[in-house]
Amino acid sequence: MSIILDISQVDMDFTTPTGTFSALKNVDLKISKGEFVSLIGHSGCGKSTVLNIVAGLLQATKGGAILNGREINKPGPDRAVVFQNHSLLPWLTAYENVALAVKQVLGSRMNAKEIREWVEHNLHLVHMDHAAHKLPSEISGGMKQRVGIARALAMQPQILLMDEPFGALDALTRAHMQDSLMEIQNELKNTVIMITHDVDEAVLLSDRIVMMTNGPAATIGEILDVKLERPRDRLALVNDAEYTGLRAQVLRFLYEKQRKVEPIQNAAQKKLGSSKRSAA
Amino acid sequence: MSTLIALTDRMLGYPGFAVRFKRLMHTLLQEVAVPLFGICCFLIVWSIAANHINTSLGKFPGPVTVWTQAKNLVVEYKEEKQKAADFYTRQEERNAERLAADPAFVVKTRPYTGKVTLPSQIFTSLVTVLTGFAVAMVVAIPVGIAIGLNKTLNSALNPLVQIFKPVSPLAWLPLVTLVVSAVYTSDDPMFSKSFIISALAVALCSLWPMIINTAVGVASIPQDWINVSQVLRLSSMMHVRKIVLPAAVPMIFTGMRLSLGVAWMVLIAAEMLAQNPGLGKFVWDEFQNGSTDSLGRIMVAVLTIGIIGFLLDRTMLQLQRLLSWDKASASR
Repeated sequence: MSIILDISQVDMDFTTPTGTFSALKNVDLKISKGEFVSLIGHSGCGKSTVLNIVAGLLQATKGGAILNGREINKPGPDRAVVFQNHSLLPWLTAYENVALAVKQVLGSRMNAKEIREWVEHNLHLVHMDHAAHKLPSEISGGMKQRVGIARALAMQPQILLMDEPFGALDALTRAHMQDSLMEIQNELKNTVIMITHDVDEAVLLSDRIVMMTNGPAATIGEILDVKLERPRDRLALVNDAEYTGLRAQVLRFLYEKQRKVEPIQNAAQKKLGSSKRSAA
Repeated sequence: MSTLIALTDRMLGYPGFAVRFKRLMHTLLQEVAVPLFGICCFLIVWSIAANHINTSLGKFPGPVTVWTQAKNLVVEYKEEKQKAADFYTRQEERNAERLAADPAFVVKTRPYTGKVTLPSQIFTSLVTVLTGFAVAMVVAIPVGIAIGLNKTLNSALNPLVQIFKPVSPLAWLPLVTLVVSAVYTSDDPMFSKSFIISALAVALCSLWPMIINTAVGVASIPQDWINVSQVLRLSSMMHVRKIVLPAAVPMIFTGMRLSLGVAWMVLIAAEMLAQNPGLGKFVWDEFQNGSTDSLGRIMVAVLTIGIIGFLLDRTMLQLQRLLSWDKASASR
């Protein structure tokens, strides 16, 4: 398949009061059209930094990312982001949140009727048509995240970026959302980069799992191909040998090769480090 | 008891009636009876205290005296209205007679210049405070947004705002008076000078809380919403209209409520000091008048000022509830 996104030799340094902090070192990744890629790693390893560079919200210190032959230097709707905490505008209803994006991105190509239908179509896709005219404060966390996904999909992005989209949800809602996402993905075949902490989520959803080493100077440790057949069924996979094998490989990478060593006497330093990383 | 509840339930065919009734009684007690009790206590303490304070104008007015004076003021207002109406009918009749006698006569209507009553002073004060407030709003909200969006501008203007904020507008009053007198010269002015001076004093004090709150509201917009705006590539105009302004609305309203409270207090003082028409002048005139009724009449004005201030704040709160998306910030 054709390469749609090429991240090459990306370094990312942050200037902190105590000097330069190197968050990423030499990150190289090529993503094909229609591929679902997960970025997994311990918190603070710079996963979000990679995503933000692709989104254009951060500028790489060295190297860069090319989307469809064009260098990424600022944010844009061709790289729609689903943020961790939904970031819906609280004064707009679900419908209006999606409509704002549609009008802004596709407004020049669509008339009022087409816009309305496209907004409704995307809300339907995430099963939110029944609550289209509710405010974000009136719907649950999972529903908000659905609207966030609808908003991102409605922009017709080249690549969909998801920053721990289900991280803030309870386990049951999360499973439900993952199933919905697979269903949508099956239909639309978007190119997706998703950041996650969740090993099961990564194996279940991805075509490839990109495992990152611990920071500072984090980079890509291993890449795992997930060739499980689609559509995938979480219950059937529980006892599937291939699935458990993949799962074990990710776990081994995270807890053996890249185990986070945090000795107790260094608790103070750790605090310092995490505050630096949170700047990332 | 339970049989009684069951009985009433069956009687009314309305399950849970007794429970609801109890809840209603509790609410009534909490929301009506307790505040009423508080007011009654205050009236008693006031009346006892008033009885023991002797001034050069007689005893300090108690609740009963004040109530009598309030009624007197209403009667005076009605009389004055009648007098004004009579004056204009008389004038019209006279003009008609003269016009009949001499067709070349140019009709002139002279305005009635009678006593200024409390209701008309209330009206003047309200118009003044709202005008000054509106002027401040038109200036403060755009300036606040600009400061909130631009760090450089904030650094440039923040010291000025901080220095001018604690200045009582009464200190500005002489300057405002002189400048208005010098600049606002017209043979047929649309507004009286005193009105403009009072309104400007109100605007000067309303300005700062509104600027500061708007700027804080704008500067503290979550990064997520700014990211949304960037991903959508909203233009600067659209960014302000679609993200910044709505996001800052709760803080803007907070600033507006603070401002309006301060503005109302300042206006009364400014009217007293500058002898500009309004409730403040009413108080001052009564003080200068020095009759035995004066203290009672001043007390009526004091209570009126308080009630109007309270109503202004409530109106603002209702407006906030209606227009702000953040219902939590509008519940206080």
